[in-house]
Amino acid sequence: MIALGQFLEVLIGGLMSGVLYSLVALGFVLIFKASGVFNFAQGAMVLLAGLALVRALDLLIANGFPYWAAVVLGIGFAAAIMAMTAWLIERFVIGPLVNQDALTLFMSTIGVTFVLEGAAEMIFGSDVYPLRLFPTDAWFLFESLFPGGILINKLDVWGALIAGILVAGLALFFQWTKTGRALRAVADDHLAAHSVGIPISWIWFVVWLVAGLVALVAATVWGTKLGVQFSITFLALKALPVLIIGGLTSIPGAIAGGLIVGAGEKIAEVFLGPSIGGGIEYWFAYVLALAVLLVRPQGLFGERIIERI
Amino acid sequence: MSNIARDLVMLAAAIVSGAVFSAPATAQNEQFIPILSYRTGPYAVNGAPYANGVADYYNLVNERDGGINGVKLLVEECETSYATDKGVECYERLKSKGPTGAAFINPLSTGITFALTEKTAADKIPIITMGYGRADSKNGAVFAYNFPLLGTYWSAADIAIQHVARELGGIDKLKGRKISLLYHDSPYGKEPIPMLQVLAQKYGFEFTPIPVTHPGVEQKSQWLAIRQNRPDYVLVWGWGVMNSTAVKEAAAVAYPRDKMIGVWWSGAEPDVTPAGDQAIGYKSLMLQHGAGKFPVHADIEKYVYAKGKGSTEPGKVGEVLYNRGMVNAMLGVEAIRKAQEKFGQKPLTGEQVRWGLENLNLSDARIKELGFEGMLKSIRISCSDHEGTRDGRVQQWDGRSWKIISDWYTADESLIDPLVADVSGKYAADKKIQPRDCAKES
Repeated sequence: MIALGQFLEVLIGGLMSGVLYSLVALGFVLIFKASGVFNFAQGAMVLLAGLALVRALDLLIANGFPYWAAVVLGIGFAAAIMAMTAWLIERFVIGPLVNQDALTLFMSTIGVTFVLEGAAEMIFGSDVYPLRLFPTDAWFLFESLFPGGILINKLDVWGALIAGILVAGLALFFQWTKTGRALRAVADDHLAAHSVGIPISWIWFVVWLVAGLVALVAATVWGTKLGVQFSITFLALKALPVLIIGGLTSIPGAIAGGLIVGAGEKIAEVFLGPSIGGGIEYWFAYVLALAVLLVRPQGLFGERIIERI
Repeated sequence: MSNIARDLVMLAAAIVSGAVFSAPATAQNEQFIPILSYRTGPYAVNGAPYANGVADYYNLVNERDGGINGVKLLVEECETSYATDKGVECYERLKSKGPTGAAFINPLSTGITFALTEKTAADKIPIITMGYGRADSKNGAVFAYNFPLLGTYWSAADIAIQHVARELGGIDKLKGRKISLLYHDSPYGKEPIPMLQVLAQKYGFEFTPIPVTHPGVEQKSQWLAIRQNRPDYVLVWGWGVMNSTAVKEAAAVAYPRDKMIGVWWSGAEPDVTPAGDQAIGYKSLMLQHGAGKFPVHADIEKYVYAKGKGSTEPGKVGEVLYNRGMVNAMLGVEAIRKAQEKFGQKPLTGEQVRWGLENLNLSDARIKELGFEGMLKSIRISCSDHEGTRDGRVQQWDGRSWKIISDWYTADESLIDPLVADVSGKYAADKKIQPRDCAKES
């Protein structure tokens, strides 16, 4: 029989993990929402941002900078790298492909993935670089109610807080700023937006920059969890079912999708896994995504696709 | 000719000439050895130092000795990214290179080993799987071309349980205990399971295998289950990021690190350093050697690094996986040397090198002469025993370096051999292989 305490622990742990997936999924949503491009390179952008941050941090600390100053400067350096990356992508990849179909743009981001992965490791190294920005120990709550209590990892809580702040900030940006509204216009129709005077190059640079900064935020949390290393790019695969469930165009959807995927896969792995051999959480997330696709192809929070025939 | 057509012709010419001039020049008196490595991808942190050790040792043999009895080693690396399909592709591309083809192949992947076992036997090229690969391939009568030198995963499983028993105060103390195996969900991670099931049945402990999906970045479910089950020990059969993540997740659920014992592929510097102080107390098996420098390293520094021909930063020479790569390369070189005694001092075929491997006999004196004293014990391969030796120790991470904490263990052949006979016998029947009569082999 499943103990209530264990179930709650797995459920909460799963929800928290889901929020961390959402941090990566948000980058996909931002670019798709603003440019209609499914950015396959988001995982590679997390790697690049993480490597830039951790290598700068190590260098600054080794040169005697106080920790807080090294963190601030390191984040600044990584943000500058992401800004440069956004400019290069807009200038040499996405810009020349304006008004091409979605598949062409998607294929171009696959190319960007390999270039970013290779360049990031070539410039910053391919070892595992420890990053310790947040606490990684745990709280044990309700020990009087459940034997051993319910474990809550502090890093997961930090991740949830950061995701919440990020979503609120992005929502405000899209709804209330001129650039945010221009982004939405470009997403609806590149050429129509261009014809009313919206500078597409600038808008696309901004959106790739924002996605790069979201990748940097994701890298701070995932880098603390895993160490900054190549495997961080695999997070893109964890974000895919989140996007399918939440919808490619919805920022709150990325969070909701993350929560569903995180809780669903952890409960499946812990309680269903042992009876069917275990190791099911990766594909179970996609089972959930397929189930959503069957009933709501645009995702739970995505915009309904209506096309005139 | 139009401009476009002219450009295309120029481009084609450039590509062809580039290919011709960039290919390694081959001479008739060179022994070709392919290196299947992974310097990119999720397992590069472990694959790269190993490949550096391999490459540096071959380089040392060429620079210091002028090759093996005057036969220079011609080496070419091929990147597999630890992917089975790429590994097979590399093998097919490199197996016929050099004047006599590949001397042997070392894929550094149990998955690639499974995929290549039939091919290498058909091509008559030995496949060296030092400390990994198919455990049943210890039986050389069936697996003539497989050489799981120094230790299989079944030997590792037995050594790990011997160490647990010693910590508990005796083999009888295993009864009623809980031991979990946290494993990479791949042929590599699954390989020790049959042996651990045999040991669980014999000693009466409860055995629970827990798979982790590639590459192992997400293990929360597994560790929450471990937290609830509270096993007495967790054996870790991980690779790459899975190892350091396991240590971090263990810390997150407050599972004691000194109750974790990794296999020898889960006990190198990249497996613990990302976890910082959380890794203190974590233990792992040793494939005989650990980290550190021995006389052979002085030669590497003098003949390779001093000439600017090293594969890595000098500070990384002597790390666990670097040393393992060196040991692997040395065993291959000595097998070629042994084969030259019979077939002559010239480039040899894979079939001839196979004989050298099967008759390899490195005494303590020879190991000392090679500069590996302290890293390795003597090893003797035979037709019926392609493993050669099954000794190991246990090391523990103290936050800065690995410390050896046990005496030598020798895996119990009386438990392993029946399983080897059973599984290899089924393989032979399935593949219609007539096992060799080892009494008649020389």
